[in-house]
Amino acid sequence: MIRTATRIALGTVSASMLLSGAAMAQTELTMWSHGAGNDVEIKVLNQIISDFNASQDDYKVVFESFPQGSYNDSVVAAALAGNLPCILDVDGPVLPNWVWAGYLQPLQIDESKIETFLPGTKGYWNDQLYGIGFWDAAVALFARKSDLEAWGLRMPTVDEPWTKDEFMAALDAAKESGKYEFPLDLGMNDQGEWYPYAFSPFLESFGGDIVDRTTYQTAEGALNGDAAIEFGEWWQSLFEDGYAPGPAEDPADQATGFINGKFAFQWNGNWRAVATMAEVDDVVFLPAPDFGHGNIIGAASWQYAISATCPNPEGANAFIEFALDDKYLAAFSEGMGLIPSTPTAAEMTEMYAEGGPLATFYDLSAKQAMVRPVTPGYVVQAKVFTKALADIANGADVADTLDAAVDEIDSNIENNQGYGH
Amino acid sequence: MALVSAENRGLRLASRYATLIVVALVFMFPLVFMVVSSLKPDQQLLSDTSSLRAFLPVGDISLDNYYAAFERAPIGRFMLNSMFVTVTTVILSILLCSMAAFSFVFLEWRGRNVLLTVILATLIIPFETIAVPLLLFVSKLPWLGTDGVHWGWLNTYRVQIVPWIVDGLTIFLFVQFFKDLPRELIEAARVEGASWMMIYRRIVMPLSGPVLATAAILKCLKMYNDQYLWPLIVVQDEAHRPVMVGLGYFFQLQIAWGEVMAYLTLISVPVIAFYLIMQRAFISSIASTGVKG
Repeated sequence: MIRTATRIALGTVSASMLLSGAAMAQTELTMWSHGAGNDVEIKVLNQIISDFNASQDDYKVVFESFPQGSYNDSVVAAALAGNLPCILDVDGPVLPNWVWAGYLQPLQIDESKIETFLPGTKGYWNDQLYGIGFWDAAVALFARKSDLEAWGLRMPTVDEPWTKDEFMAALDAAKESGKYEFPLDLGMNDQGEWYPYAFSPFLESFGGDIVDRTTYQTAEGALNGDAAIEFGEWWQSLFEDGYAPGPAEDPADQATGFINGKFAFQWNGNWRAVATMAEVDDVVFLPAPDFGHGNIIGAASWQYAISATCPNPEGANAFIEFALDDKYLAAFSEGMGLIPSTPTAAEMTEMYAEGGPLATFYDLSAKQAMVRPVTPGYVVQAKVFTKALADIANGADVADTLDAAVDEIDSNIENNQGYGH
Repeated sequence: MALVSAENRGLRLASRYATLIVVALVFMFPLVFMVVSSLKPDQQLLSDTSSLRAFLPVGDISLDNYYAAFERAPIGRFMLNSMFVTVTTVILSILLCSMAAFSFVFLEWRGRNVLLTVILATLIIPFETIAVPLLLFVSKLPWLGTDGVHWGWLNTYRVQIVPWIVDGLTIFLFVQFFKDLPRELIEAARVEGASWMMIYRRIVMPLSGPVLATAAILKCLKMYNDQYLWPLIVVQDEAHRPVMVGLGYFFQLQIAWGEVMAYLTLISVPVIAFYLIMQRAFISSIASTGVKG
């Protein structure tokens, strides 16, 4: 009896030693994400990590999440202190800056696995892939179908969007109806990255841009040329002629303004679509108008990348490849309402499958989306652009404001020796 | 005549109280708004902001935001972290800053005036200007643990405490107060053979109630309310995050304002409780030192 008990005890000890030996053999891969507080995102990430850790014996991903608002500062501080994790997420337009600063290394994942990914989910810099996103986001013009019918407006499509004249006619119709306090909500109070994300596509559709993308060495001509000035004057008229509230807009408007019937149209993102559908029965999501050079919206959301100091890039690449499975992309979308990166993942979701209530957004991302300037200088250019648009909306002289913005951007590019282009 | 005078006095009293009530209401409005909003669903909260309903617990009132806030973030952990960091820093700060001030005021040593001037000059240096060098410094510091020497202080409580223990303002407060203490007491103790440490412990500190209260309150408010940038850059694990960094958990693409208000209400409780307990000392000490928080 005693001998049997001893055997069992020895067997248990040996087994646990073997198991702990296997566990110890797993190399730890630290991973950071910006999603602290977003329980759905964290839940899906934890599921992926748990599945990955169980799927092989070589690596173990250890996860830490950060609040989104301060995430970039935390990463920059960690880079300074030499404390970056192996795997981290990065906002698409910021990615070139982090590559340029030496924080990231190229991804070594099978390109065939991302062939069908939406263009905005791939983070390239100098023709090398540094980041890949599990979702994208898109903006659209929220409207009520009943209003469009009552005002005799054509229903625009991605292939046949409204022209500038049609868009302004729609705003005029809303104004004349007297039903709404303002025809259009642009979410002007949100003066963070919303301005370049949501409004620079208007400028691009007029024929301008934040910076000259052929060289990325100047904004001259792009941000203050004829097309940009035409855009600036149109932009200013939206506020001067009472189509939309200016930068002092009530911050609550983006969440409740359209739903509560304060606005006829709202320029907003797919992340507000589900909540709006719940309150406005006949809401429709219209593509961006074409102001002359195509109908364009912003692209690129958060993407996963590998730090330059990661001692085990093979493991980190293996994890990212593992996470690109359609079932995870669909899970992110189902949980967070964001646009799945692939058409096959979209088909697995209720909202984005063909005929689904948000399928329009997938089409917008696939056909209208344009990434913001792919340059390390974008982080500065975004702030300059935001200030210029807010000033113009507040009545500043269009040409002078855009000239000043160009000077500031050019000076920044020069001070940074061209940002490595 | 006496009747008129009594009437005047009554009127004066009534107008004084009316003014005080109006002023009190103005100061209470933000707190009332925060607590009331924490009980409302987001849609109603945002709609009510355009009317006086924002300050009234009307409509669909519930504790749902509190339940949701606890699910979204480890609030208890954040509050414990902040309270631990605050209490430890305050105790060590009072001890070390008062000792430093004692040395500046009562001990004779070469260069003390110059050093005091240098310390006071640090008051004009904004923390943001030294944040990065300090980060680089603490990320390389050694620490002797039970399992040997570790390099780097990131992701610890000590990195949130040690840089804040000694500061120019607290030393200045103690110096100013100690200068006004009667010299005769110190000299008499010295004649009687008391050591400097004994004078510090038995004579100076027991007489320093007002400045202790001032220093403790100011440091406490700074450590609990203002600690954002530093923990943001030196603490990367959730287990050591303080309440102010935790606030970021509630600012998603769709901001849950009701939960934000619930979180703010919860994390304000220790500060308000501390103030209520220390109210008398707070008012008298601020009045005596002329320092505003």
